[in-house]
Amino acid sequence: KIQIFCHQMSILQHNGSSVIAMAGKNCVAIASDTRFGIDAQTIAFDFSKVWQISDKLFVGLPGLLTDSQTFSEKLKFRVNMYRLREEREMSPRVFSNMVASLLYEKRFGPYFVEPLIAGLDDKNEPFISGMDLIGAPVLAKDFVLAGTADEAMFGMAESLWRPDLSPEDLFEVISQTLMSAFDRDAISGWGAVVHVITPDQVITRTLKTRQD
Amino acid sequence: MDSLIGITGKDFVIFIADTAQARSILKMKGDEDKIMVVDESKMFAMAGDTGDRTTFCEYVKRNLKLYEIRSGLTLSTHAAAHWTRRALADALRQNPYQTNLLLGGWDEESGASLYYLDYLGSMHKMPFAIQGYASNFVLSIFDRYYKEDLTVAEGLELAKLCIAELNRRFLLAQPDWAIKVIKKGENGKASLEVIVPASK
Repeated sequence: KIQIFCHQMSILQHNGSSVIAMAGKNCVAIASDTRFGIDAQTIAFDFSKVWQISDKLFVGLPGLLTDSQTFSEKLKFRVNMYRLREEREMSPRVFSNMVASLLYEKRFGPYFVEPLIAGLDDKNEPFISGMDLIGAPVLAKDFVLAGTADEAMFGMAESLWRPDLSPEDLFEVISQTLMSAFDRDAISGWGAVVHVITPDQVITRTLKTRQD
Repeated sequence: MDSLIGITGKDFVIFIADTAQARSILKMKGDEDKIMVVDESKMFAMAGDTGDRTTFCEYVKRNLKLYEIRSGLTLSTHAAAHWTRRALADALRQNPYQTNLLLGGWDEESGASLYYLDYLGSMHKMPFAIQGYASNFVLSIFDRYYKEDLTVAEGLELAKLCIAELNRRFLLAQPDWAIKVIKKGENGKASLEVIVPASK
C-alpha cells in the first residue's frame, strides 16, 4: 500500500520566525531570529523581526513577513501621529491596546502576525505583552513568545526565567532560550538579534549561532 | 521558469535574466526582455505570471515617473523599493500580483542597492539575490564566491559561473540570457549599460 503525504503548511509557517520578550528588574529584553526564508529555502540571514517604535518601546512581529512589514509601518505611523497630537510618547500599555484593536479590525481577514510588545513606561516600569493574530492579549509578568519555535521556547523559558533578573543576566537568559529553541526548528534561526532596554540605554547585540 | 540573478558590487548592480517566455511545455518566445529599466538609475527584473509582471512593473514605472514630474525629484532605490512593496502588499488581499521581483539601482545616498521582493510583498535589501528555481542551484555559489566591493568584471565572471552551473544541472535551463548593468558613471550620476541584449 502506498501512502502519499501532502504536507500543507499554515500561512504562519510560510516564512518562519521566532520572537521572545522577557521582563527583568527595571529592564526588558526582546529577541528574534534573523532568518528570511520562503518555505524550505533560506533567502537571507539578516532580517530581524523586531522593530523599534520609540526610545523604550519595541515590537516583535513574527509570522508572515509581508504582513510584519506592513503592520510595523502602520504602527509607526499611528505612534508618530499620537506623538504629534498629544506631544508625548505613547506608553507601552496604550500601544499594546492599540495593536490589539488594529488586529481585531481585521477579524475576518487578519494580518498574519503574532505581535510581542516590550517596553519601559515613563516610570521605567517593565511592560511586556503578546497577542494572537486577532488581538487577544496576554499581559505577562515573566515572558511572552511567538513564532514557529514557540513550543520549544516555552520549555526553555519556563526553566531559565526567574524574577528580578539584571540586564546582563536577562540578556543571557533570553539568548539561551531563543537559541536552544530555534536550533530545534527547521524554519527559524540563522542568527539572532537581542535588544535589552534599560532606563538609561538600549543595548542591541547580534548573536553568532548555528547557520542552519 | 524565470531565472533572475542580481549582483551588487562597488557602485554597480548587474541583472542577469533568462529570455524564455513559456506557456506550459511550449517556449513561446526566446528573446523576452525581463529586465525593465525604470530610469537610468534603477531597473526591475521581473519573474512570474506574464501579464502581471509586465503590467505591474509598468504601473510602478509610470508612478515613479509621475512622482518625478510632480516633484522634480527622482526617487532613491530605497524609496522606489518601499513604494513597490506597498503596492504589492495593498493588492495582496484584493487582486494579488503573481510576480516576484528584483529591484536594483545606484544613487548618491546609498550607492548600489538591490532589493528582493516576493509576490506577497516581503522585501529585503541584499547584496545578491536570485528569483526562480535558479536559486536552488546558484545561492550556494554566491555564498562561496561572493565578496564585498566586486568590480564589474568580477561580477560578470561570477555570473558566468552561475549560468554554467544552471546549464549543467537545471532541467529547464535556458540557453540565452540578457545582462544589464547600472553603475556610477563618469559624471557621478547613474548610467545604464546593456551588456547582452535580450533580442539578438
